[in-house]
Amino acid sequence: MTQALDANGAPFAGTLGSRLRGDAERWRYALEAIGPFVTIGVILIAWEVLARQQIVMPFLLPAMSVVVARVFEDLVSGSLLYDTAVTLYRAFAAFAIAAVVGITLGLLIARLAAVRWFFDPLLSIGLPMPKLALLPIFMLWFGLFDMSKILMVAFSASFQIIIATWAATQSVEKELVWSARSLGASDRQTLWEVVLPAALPQVLTGLQIALPICLIVALVTEMIMGGGGLGDTMLQSARYVDSPGVFAGIVEIGFVGFFCIKGMELLRRRLLAWHQEVQKEGAR
Amino acid sequence: MTAGLLLSRAMPLVILALAWEAAARSGMVSEYALPSLSSIAASFVKLAGSDLYYHTARSIWRGLLAFVVAVPLGIASGILIAWFLPVRILLKPVLQCLYPMPKSALIPLTIIWLGIGDASKISLIFLGTLVPIVMSAFNGARGVDQTLLWTARSLGATEREVLWEVVVPAALPEIMNGIRTALALCFILMVSAELIIANDGIGYLINLLGEAGDYAGMFAGVITISAIGFAADRACVALTRWLLAWRE
Repeated sequence: MTQALDANGAPFAGTLGSRLRGDAERWRYALEAIGPFVTIGVILIAWEVLARQQIVMPFLLPAMSVVVARVFEDLVSGSLLYDTAVTLYRAFAAFAIAAVVGITLGLLIARLAAVRWFFDPLLSIGLPMPKLALLPIFMLWFGLFDMSKILMVAFSASFQIIIATWAATQSVEKELVWSARSLGASDRQTLWEVVLPAALPQVLTGLQIALPICLIVALVTEMIMGGGGLGDTMLQSARYVDSPGVFAGIVEIGFVGFFCIKGMELLRRRLLAWHQEVQKEGAR
Repeated sequence: MTAGLLLSRAMPLVILALAWEAAARSGMVSEYALPSLSSIAASFVKLAGSDLYYHTARSIWRGLLAFVVAVPLGIASGILIAWFLPVRILLKPVLQCLYPMPKSALIPLTIIWLGIGDASKISLIFLGTLVPIVMSAFNGARGVDQTLLWTARSLGATEREVLWEVVVPAALPEIMNGIRTALALCFILMVSAELIIANDGIGYLINLLGEAGDYAGMFAGVITISAIGFAADRACVALTRWLLAWRE
């Protein structure tokens, strides 16, 4: 495990050779560990000074302290909690629909030739298409409220999940399936106990790509249609040239995005606890 | 691809198109909700020479300009972040802060900074596409096989040679992946920014036609931009194949 000890998060180190170089290496690690915090600190201070000294117009760049105060204000008044809840409800409802439809369809495409024949050309056109352009059509069909937003988000995200599931199911080792069959597993058992677990890592990768898409599209639908949520509030701030509001929105959305991505990584580690990918990591 | 295979591939699309036309013609669904394909085609022909061409050209100009700047800058900074410690300390934290941010959150920011014209759209697409490209170049350069580096060095390659002849080619697949992601994002941001607020561009046209109740025209606009997005992606895939032909 010498290699694992060395790796320590430093991208270009992590080899036996570098370990022997001693002190210089250790300084490098220290610099690499502390450096980022210093950089962020310097940027934040520079931001505050630039805005305070009015070197940059406060309208274009409100001081950091003003923005932080605004975020705090939103938090205390409850509007931040409400907007976040509304946006996350839309994004996650859509994510759930996209996951269920996408995984089911992906499995069917991989297993049934007729389904594959029908969907293959549709997918190869649908995947690279800018699906958000269909939003006016979704508004026409499903109205201006949650229904059209959620369906638009789900539609945008589902293609990645279908493709990931299809590819994952197809690349499951034939030997695994044959072994299960020859040991007397039924079709259903083979699906649930062999194919799905073996396909899970790749399916999860698809879901990890789909979740940020859900957030991006959910915000845009809110900006266009209104109806509350982080996107709506932020665009309102831009309309009323309330720049602290816009910057507070960016900070808030940044945190929401960060927690969503971290949450998915955690879920992946949980679900794949049995898999070599996580067990290797655990050995570090 | 043989003619038979092509026909079999296109069949599902033909079936869908016929079902669409039949549903719209028979009055099963209202012509407002789903204009017939033939009326959409008629609208397309009517719009193609004037409005549609102009607005599509405006959008593509914005996307192209932002993209052409973002790609080389993104690749260069990604590789520098992976390769040089000072650059990494300076830029990696910034990258890590920007990466998880849903890129559409930048739309209101570019509006208050630069208004609603070209500058705000171009800078939005630039910022949005830069992050995935930097990230992919960084990951690609970082993931280069150590053995390759040792071999090159022991054969007497200078650092610059190692960078150009080993790191960049080895990172290329990952970089092209990132460019493909960025391309999709480019279209999403372009259309959404124009739908939200703009004076021209395909998103603006789609919105305008929709609000005027010209749904056949609106569908024609949606199909046009979808087709362009699709074509851009295919071109990107073809370019990737050509660039990576040496790996086979």
